[in-house]
Amino acid sequence: MAKNDLLGGSLWDQYSNKVTTLMNNPQHQGEITEEAAAAAGHKLIVADFGAESCGDAVRLYWEVDPATDTIVNSKFKSFGCGTAIASSDMMTQLCIGKTVQEAVKITNIDVELALRDTPDVPAVPPQKMHCSVMAYDVIKKAAGLYLGVEAASFEDEIIVCECARVSLGTLREVIRLNDLKTVEQITDYTKAGGFCKSCIKPGGHEAREYYLVDILADVRREMDEEKMRAAADAGTHGDFETMTLVQKIKAIDSAIDESVRQFLVMDGGNMEVIDIKDSPEYIDVYIRYLGACSGCASSTTGTLYAIEATLKEKLSQKIRVLPI
Amino acid sequence: MQVYLDNNATTMVDPAVVEAMIPFFGDIYGNPNSLHRYGTASHPAITKAINQMYKGINAGDNDDIIFTSCATESNNWVLKSVWVDKILNGDKNHIVTTEVEHPSILSTCKFLEEQGVKVTYLPVNDQGIVEAHTLRSFITDKTALVSVMWANNETGMIFPIKEIGEICRERGVLFHTDGVQAVGKIPVDVQDVHVDFMSMSAHKFHGPKGIGALYIRNSQELTPLLHGGEHMGGRRSGTLNVPYIIGMGKALELATENIEAKMAAIRAKRDRLEDALIAALEDVMVVGSRENRTPNTILISIRGVEGEGMLWDLNNALIGASTGSACASEDLEANTVMLAIGADHELAHTGIRLSLSRFTTDEEIDYVIDAFKKAVLRLRAISSSYAKVQPTPGGEAGECNIHH
Repeated sequence: MAKNDLLGGSLWDQYSNKVTTLMNNPQHQGEITEEAAAAAGHKLIVADFGAESCGDAVRLYWEVDPATDTIVNSKFKSFGCGTAIASSDMMTQLCIGKTVQEAVKITNIDVELALRDTPDVPAVPPQKMHCSVMAYDVIKKAAGLYLGVEAASFEDEIIVCECARVSLGTLREVIRLNDLKTVEQITDYTKAGGFCKSCIKPGGHEAREYYLVDILADVRREMDEEKMRAAADAGTHGDFETMTLVQKIKAIDSAIDESVRQFLVMDGGNMEVIDIKDSPEYIDVYIRYLGACSGCASSTTGTLYAIEATLKEKLSQKIRVLPI
Repeated sequence: MQVYLDNNATTMVDPAVVEAMIPFFGDIYGNPNSLHRYGTASHPAITKAINQMYKGINAGDNDDIIFTSCATESNNWVLKSVWVDKILNGDKNHIVTTEVEHPSILSTCKFLEEQGVKVTYLPVNDQGIVEAHTLRSFITDKTALVSVMWANNETGMIFPIKEIGEICRERGVLFHTDGVQAVGKIPVDVQDVHVDFMSMSAHKFHGPKGIGALYIRNSQELTPLLHGGEHMGGRRSGTLNVPYIIGMGKALELATENIEAKMAAIRAKRDRLEDALIAALEDVMVVGSRENRTPNTILISIRGVEGEGMLWDLNNALIGASTGSACASEDLEANTVMLAIGADHELAHTGIRLSLSRFTTDEEIDYVIDAFKKAVLRLRAISSSYAKVQPTPGGEAGECNIHH
């Protein structure tokens, strides 16, 4: 929210001229009959997607030349708003002249790009991006019918953001590689969640199977667990500075066991680690002397230097030992 | 020709109202709470506006009508202050309202739910109204408030406010009604029905935007929403919006004098439009019986024509209407009112609301009938619902399998 959002603006004013023109006068609206296709020796494919009860529906007609798999003619029928009709029209146009195998690669992003007046200005406002998504789905369905395969077989990935066509795999990888911590960062990196925003969290335009907030939380948790596991596997032999607190205490204890504690015990004393505090410059190890050590003159001088030197050498140069 | 048929959203300010307001911008601009002559100069006109308001809804002298900034404020005031008075500082914990209220009721109820209040949202029947006996069964000893609109903005359907008021009186529960779509459109008499609070909005009856009111029976307790100076007896602080108060009073007077005749005139045009559309077009449905509907409203479903697409074509014909269609709104759910009345799910995305005013002319109705038919024919020609060639076997759409 800021100054530009106060009025909200008119949805329709944000449509490109192409969207407006095609809504007012769609070029490929109509039907192709079985007879017409057969007369030319072509195969007719008719695919539906959506339903009036869902608020959006499209029927796509392809006349395919079986010799070359080329879509020689295409028409559409649509129940939908202006954006749905204009994007159906553009989708139909993009299909004509392509082979079925080429057409199947057309995405809703291609349709939206083709509807732009200028390359860097979106053809429709973000909340209307979903209206072009059906174009993608109905083409897959038509291709599946023609090729005799399931439409789902063209979809090798789970799409989380339909508007920007970002897959679950891509999202998980991007979060991991770039160590992303917020949904805003995900949108910056992938555009996912940048349009109709439904995939960000439950309660948006439409219910989704996957939400960015959940994916982010899952991946972050996995990353944390992996880090812990790696540290645990490395145990007291790993990189001390990246260890968890418990591992650090164990590592310190074992270093002290190996080199220091026996001398303290000989003198009738002992020590225990109380706490560890990390800062960018130092790792402060708080210890408490026990038995004869507490009050011993060298406990703040010689013995302390010996303990600190041992830990620095074995674990990290950043260690400072502070008796309390 | 251009035709405005979205009068349930807002109305043109009656030129007579504008005329009444004008002196109170530049000539008589004093603060009515000032002691000097500049302040008191507006008092006669404000008194007149107050009288016009009381007469317009037949309020008694012991009742309050407090001017607010809009009906959204009035609605918020009642809900939030009943919460403070009866729930936070009382032993109640429950509010009853309906599924089809205005967002200023529903969003406020959601907010109160977040604060721990229990809210019951009553469903409507196939006529789009809440039945009084349904309401009765949901009132408990813990119910602080019942809030039910007098007439619905989308369907124009009139709720049984008199019966609901009696039930609330019997059960000793406060009753608020959002009267925005009723006041100025149909007779509203607060001495004939038992309502504790009623919200009103001037711009729905040819008054200016930015002024509303709250009727409070017997000047009863209701903690202020806006605290501040001693304006309107301390019930609603903020310097009196003098020209708008005068405009609202004038507008209500104009809307309510001879209201039966005005209703009959609007209804004749509405019925003619409705009859013509039903006669000319197949597969259309109008929601709710005419007898129990505000006389200016038609909510019509057109099979095969998506609501926003229809608005687009009407807009191209310079006709302003509205739709509850999902595509045109922020979320993609089907129109809640249409679903609530049990409309065929398919029709829930196709509702177009045409709402007339007393300024709508017969020529405009003729023009709309023609343009409406043309738009439906064009869009049905494009519509997949009316396509003849059927899908290739296996190419049929599953039930609502799109990404919505």
